[in-house]
This record gives sequence, structure tokens and C-alpha cells, in this order.
Amino acid sequence: MSNEWPLWEIFIRSQHGLAHKHVGSLHAPDAEMAIKNARDVYTRRNEGISIWAVRSADVHASAPGERGPLFEPANDKVYRHPTFFPMPEEVKHL
Amino acid sequence: MYAQMVETGVTKLKDAAELTPEEQAFQARIDADVKVEPKDWMPDAYRRTLIRQIQQHAHSEIVGMLPEGNWITRAPTLKRKAILMAKVQDEGGHGLYLYSAAETLGVSRDQLIADLHAGKVKYSSIFNYPTLTWADIGAIGWLVDGAAIMNQIPLCRCSYGPYARAMIRICKEESFHQRQGYDIMLTLCRGSASQKAMAQDALNRWWWPSLMMFGPPDAESVHSAQSARWKIKLLSNDELRQRFVDQTVPQADFLGISMPDPELKWNETRGHYDFGPIDWSEFHNVLKGNGPCNRDRMRTRVKAWEDGAWVRDAALAHAEKHAVRNAEAA
Repeated sequence: MSNEWPLWEIFIRSQHGLAHKHVGSLHAPDAEMAIKNARDVYTRRNEGISIWAVRSADVHASAPGERGPLFEPANDKVYRHPTFFPMPEEVKHL
Repeated sequence: MYAQMVETGVTKLKDAAELTPEEQAFQARIDADVKVEPKDWMPDAYRRTLIRQIQQHAHSEIVGMLPEGNWITRAPTLKRKAILMAKVQDEGGHGLYLYSAAETLGVSRDQLIADLHAGKVKYSSIFNYPTLTWADIGAIGWLVDGAAIMNQIPLCRCSYGPYARAMIRICKEESFHQRQGYDIMLTLCRGSASQKAMAQDALNRWWWPSLMMFGPPDAESVHSAQSARWKIKLLSNDELRQRFVDQTVPQADFLGISMPDPELKWNETRGHYDFGPIDWSEFHNVLKGNGPCNRDRMRTRVKAWEDGAWVRDAALAHAEKHAVRNAEAA
């Protein structure tokens, strides 16, 4: 239907020092109302100190079908993890 | 429950060999407890069933605001009024989380609401009963929200990611609802003889409809079997109902009031309470639209939607006007 308010994705930062995290979505006519609505819908219990609202239409997502080509190359690069390198017990601070 | 008797559109469970390769891969992921996300491939029947289930659940939250909203202006103290407003606002929030979860499956919000108003989709039978006294607000929080939690905690583990995440938020908030209800009952039961009688009367009227919330026995239902295989229904209606009875009876004992069921008694060998037969003809009659308040609820709901139309349109017109002005100024 044509007069439906657009959809927004809502991100909340829960505490100073943490990143904003996606919490859900809602409908609002504009950004100002999206933030006001997000306050009522997603922060009724002190869940946040900052809100980001992004039009859902502006979110570009990777396709589930590309999961393999995108993420599998990381699987054979285990040397990126520090545990790949066994260290002698006696050596400290590594 | 909040979603009762959800149709899956299937007539029999398929054997593994009858599934297409895509369906097999999908089922394998569900069996491995991998969450399904909005853009993942899913069978049409899974998508349609979830839309139906989440939508019923969302409508129940929204219509569920009405019987309690009825008492906001008549709450006995300012404190109770503030608490009840917060609770009813939470129910509105729960409806919004769930509508959003349903929309990730490719259905629009307006369509969901139109389906409710056209009577194409149901909401829980429980909200078609009237709230006659203040004690009903206590009974709803204690029993109705208690039954809802019983059903919703397993759904936090359901296979569809957005639904599971919405359920996690909702469950955190529901426990406030249940406690505020029990607190009202406790206060009434510790009050005068007539206040305690009011609490007993509310329990008498809400007990059986609360047990009906879980829906008819479904151990033999093909829809329930399919939903269980898809992990969007994790326990049978009777299992959930039994758990609810077992947890609630001692709570009534503490209040010093009793369930309106002469057959209710502890069964030592089963390790559960036995309870009397449920009048399913009443349940089906309420679902058909003939409960005490069905027409009134829908009339109120549709009126709220229609009366708000000019506000929604004006807000959108305002946003569009400013978007044009800002573009011109830039």
C-alpha cells in the first residue's frame, strides 16, 4: 500500500565504549520520528544511550549464496590466529 | 497459544526421500540448529506458516492491550496506574517487534493489519473475555502472561532468527508482567474478605480460558508435527498446558484461593497435577467469533486504525514536504 511509512533499521549503543548494535526495525515517516519511535520501542528499560536509525532501503547486504566465496577463504588461514603458533612453556608474555 | 492452531498447508509429513534437494539441505540446517535468516532460501510452506504464526502472535499482543487498557483510568492508585500503563505499552512494543519479524518474510505491515481487520487472521481466544473487575487485571498478568511465558520461552530457540530474537526480548519483559499480576492478586488476597472474594471470582473466570490458550490437544496433528520438524513449535500443547498447571496451582495455594476444578489434584505416580476436562466447544465458539467480546475488540481495533489514518497521512506528507525543501536548499 502506498501510504505505508518507510521501514527503518534501529541500532542502539548500550554503554559508552561499546559499538551500536542492531536491535530491530520499525516504521516512521522520517528520521526524526524514527529516533523518537525507537526510543519508545527499543529503550524502555535503559537499554541505550545512543540511537542510530537507517532507512532499510539503504542497507546493502551480502547474499546468502555468496557465503562460500566470501567467507571460506578465511578457513585455511588458521595462521591468523595466535594459537596457531605453539610457544614453549618457559617463554612468558607472548 | 498466542498463536493457536496454526495451519501449515501440509496434509502429511514427507519422508526424507520425498524432499527436493533444496528442502533436504534446508531441513539439515534446521536439524543442526542453524538459524534461518530472512534472505536464506526456505520452502514456501515454511514461510507462509511462519507469517501466519508470527502475525497471530503480533495481533494478540495488540488486541491484548484492549482488555487491560480498559482499566487504566480506573486503577485503584496512581502507582498501579503507572505500572499498568507501562505494561500495556510493553504489549504494544511486543506487537511491534513481532510485526517487524513477520515483515522480514516479505509481507507488508499494512497487509498484516488489513488481514486482522478483515477477520482473515485470528488473535488469541483469551482476549475475547471481558475484564469486569480490578482483580481481572491481576488474573491476566498472573495467568495469561504466565501461560504466554510458558509458550514463549521455548520459542526463543525456534529456527527463524528474527522470530527467536523478538521472543528473547519479549520474554525478558513478560516476567515483569506476570509478577505485577501476582502482586495485585497477593494484595487483594491479603485484604478484606470482599477483596479476596474478588480475586477468587477473577480466578474462577480466567482459569479455564487460560488453559484453552494452549490450544486443543495436538499430539496427532499433522500441522503440529510439521511445525515441530521445522522447529517453530517446540513442545506440544498438552505438554505446555501440564507445565502451566503444575507451576500455577501452588501459586494459587499460596494466595489461599482455588481453581474452579473439582477434579484438580496432585497425582503422585505421574508427578503432575490431574485436572478436569476442558470445554473445547467454548474454545471453538470463541475462535469462530462468538466469544463475549469478539465484536467489541475488532470494532475498537478498526476504529483506532481508521481514526489514526489522518495522523499517519499528515506525518508522511510533512516528511515528504521537508525532504523536497531540504533537497532544494542543498
